[in-house]
Amino acid sequence: MTTETVTPHRSPVTPERESFWHLVHAEWTKFRTVRGWVIAAGVTIAGITAFAFLGADVSGGCAATSGTSSATSTSGGTGGAAACPAQPTGPGGVPVIDAFYFAHQPVTGNGTIAVQVTSLTGQVPAAPAGSTLDEPQIGSGLQPWSKAGILIKENTSQGSAYAAMMATGSNGVRMQWDYLNDTPGLTGSVSASAPRWLRLVRDGGTITGYDSTDGTHWTLVGTATLPGLTATVQAGLFAAGSSVNGDFGAMATGVFRHIGLSWPATGWTGTNVGGVNLNSGVTVPGTLRQSAGTIAVAGYGDISPAAGNAYSGSGQSLQRALIGTFFGLIPLIVVAAMFITAEYRRGLIRVSLTAAPRRGRLLAAKAVVIGAAGFVAGLVAAALALAVGTPLLRRAGSLEWPVSLPTEARMAVGTGALLAVAAVLALAIGTIVRRSAPAVAIVIGVVLVPYLLVLGPLQGANGEAPRWPLLITPAAALSVQQAVPRFYQLIAVYRPNAGYYPLAPWAGLAVECAWAAAAMALAFFLLRRRDA
Amino acid sequence: MSLTARVAPPHYLLGQALHAEWTKFRTVLGPSWLLAGVVALTAAVGAAAASAAQCPSAACDMDPAKVSFTGIYLGQAVIAVAGALAVGNEYSTGMIKLSLTAMPRRLTWLFAKAAVLTAPALIASALAVAGSALAGRLILPGHGFIPAHGYASLTSVTDLRAAVGAVLYLTLIALLSLGVAAAVRDSAAAIGLVLGLLYLFPLVASLVSNATLSRRLQQIGPLPAGLDAQATTGLNSLSLTPWQGLGVVALWTAGALLLGALALKSREA
Repeated sequence: MTTETVTPHRSPVTPERESFWHLVHAEWTKFRTVRGWVIAAGVTIAGITAFAFLGADVSGGCAATSGTSSATSTSGGTGGAAACPAQPTGPGGVPVIDAFYFAHQPVTGNGTIAVQVTSLTGQVPAAPAGSTLDEPQIGSGLQPWSKAGILIKENTSQGSAYAAMMATGSNGVRMQWDYLNDTPGLTGSVSASAPRWLRLVRDGGTITGYDSTDGTHWTLVGTATLPGLTATVQAGLFAAGSSVNGDFGAMATGVFRHIGLSWPATGWTGTNVGGVNLNSGVTVPGTLRQSAGTIAVAGYGDISPAAGNAYSGSGQSLQRALIGTFFGLIPLIVVAAMFITAEYRRGLIRVSLTAAPRRGRLLAAKAVVIGAAGFVAGLVAAALALAVGTPLLRRAGSLEWPVSLPTEARMAVGTGALLAVAAVLALAIGTIVRRSAPAVAIVIGVVLVPYLLVLGPLQGANGEAPRWPLLITPAAALSVQQAVPRFYQLIAVYRPNAGYYPLAPWAGLAVECAWAAAAMALAFFLLRRRDA
Repeated sequence: MSLTARVAPPHYLLGQALHAEWTKFRTVLGPSWLLAGVVALTAAVGAAAASAAQCPSAACDMDPAKVSFTGIYLGQAVIAVAGALAVGNEYSTGMIKLSLTAMPRRLTWLFAKAAVLTAPALIASALAVAGSALAGRLILPGHGFIPAHGYASLTSVTDLRAAVGAVLYLTLIALLSLGVAAAVRDSAAAIGLVLGLLYLFPLVASLVSNATLSRRLQQIGPLPAGLDAQATTGLNSLSLTPWQGLGVVALWTAGALLLGALALKSREA
């Protein structure tokens, strides 16, 4: 039945000598018995772990400046650095932008607020190219996420829980709550001929949003659960010009009619939530104008997560704890390349190929061994580095975004995979060029240098970095370490040096895998075709 | 009488050593290809970076020299390979035993090695930098690097200093690599060490949260220090003056060569 027949002229071989795992075992023995290679793997682990102390060290930065309004000061700071503005945090400790104009009144218990929006207009800073004027020019217009609508918010302090229905500049009607959540409603923009009706219904800790084109036929947009919402909350109308690349220069004006409150009305109070000062970023107060049956609310600022360059606090991405990855990659790449080039140099390759005449399997066995070694080293090192770095950053209050356990697990496993694939790439390049020094230089050149170029000389005007180095080179795999989220509902610059990558975590790793696969394919081809 | 005739005077020995090493250098294809690679890669990447750079307004805050010399980030890896192989190949082929038998004065041998590498490395570096600068000179004015945006001229004394700094930087990196290879006696380990030394400092410096530490790393790392020697704008905000930066690189190179010399003198080959 079995097709595994021994050819007659060969001396009897034990089945395990023919098996792939026997080859893997042989390669593993080669790896673990070279002292320098085991030391190098140890250096990879120790380096990644040790660098976590460096990456998570926030002393001497602006977080150390005590006083001011910062709640993130650490003891023993050297001072002298610039004072850091503190970023307010919302539910769950996420950093938020919460600065806008709010016409509100206190309401207690369950109820409904409904309104008709007849117009959303605004002003945006028009920066003509080449302008050197300090005063930004103002033109009328809206940003895509300029917003005005109705809002139920726990209180008027920054970061409190809320749910809102709003019209936006070019994203239609949205329901948003607790900074991170966004659900689309009616599309199209608001005008006097196409007004939008918005309604929020509070029932305990649940707020439901509806929209309508006629005020009669309502459509459910979303349901927000705001845990622990107090009985008395602030309900009313708001406007925010939206944050664009960290700038609050845009203003939005919403015109409202047919305001319906199921609670007893006590009159509107206008509040610039977050204040009007340089610290909040909003420097122009909003306005509330009431006339017969109409209320116009105008305001700057935004209600959104603070991500990308819209984040102005002193916190750091948890990825800083993995800064040693760059260090750890180097000894691993050297060992992985030498894993094959040393065989060429010593002539051992001829013995190896005599013992394993199927050359492809020899290379595959080497890839399994060096890939596994890289994965284990990366996983262990990243887990240790995160175990060191997370408490360090948390204790200093310097973690930009709270990181969940699954994200930390993805970062650790991803780092293991990043190192494993880099090792396989180095093995493949080593097989192709058969010389260690060029192989090591090539792999370091494609894995480490693109990121360095993005941080350095390829940065263009205003620090904008090009996307392609982190899209098409193996350095794209660094995205598995991304610890800060990006949001489509916030226009911001998401820079690599702030921990943002152009690709999704596993997509970036897939790019590196594609490089390794292509190099392995060429290595297989050449190894079979060339004389050893 | 016959004894004095057989022992050659020292300067003659050095001349012989130089001649022997030069013969080795020019009869092996590898080094020439690597140095040609330095020129091609540096100039090509520099031209690509210059083509991608845009300076739409006066406030673009970019250094045209640094843009043109982007290729040095990669070119230095190639010249480091050339430096590492100059010594590493002797060890990997076992040639070192023969070389040191013929040339028992080991330091003379190392000096000859370094000297023979220096001349072609200087030429290759000069060609690479000249190619990059020329590409920048031709391309950058079309991308907004014009007098109206504060880039008066791309051929001033400062630009010349930046170019000279870049040439010396590349040559020093080749010698640094040679010194490290002599110290560790293995080209793969040497290149790993050298590229780690070059690339890790700027990577870590731009990612650590501690601003003081970041500036310190910028000052002591050979790559960031060498970049200071290639700057033409924002000279007041550099962590080192241009010549100080080149001095830091020279110190690293001197240290590596010293380490290599000590290792060569004290160990069995």
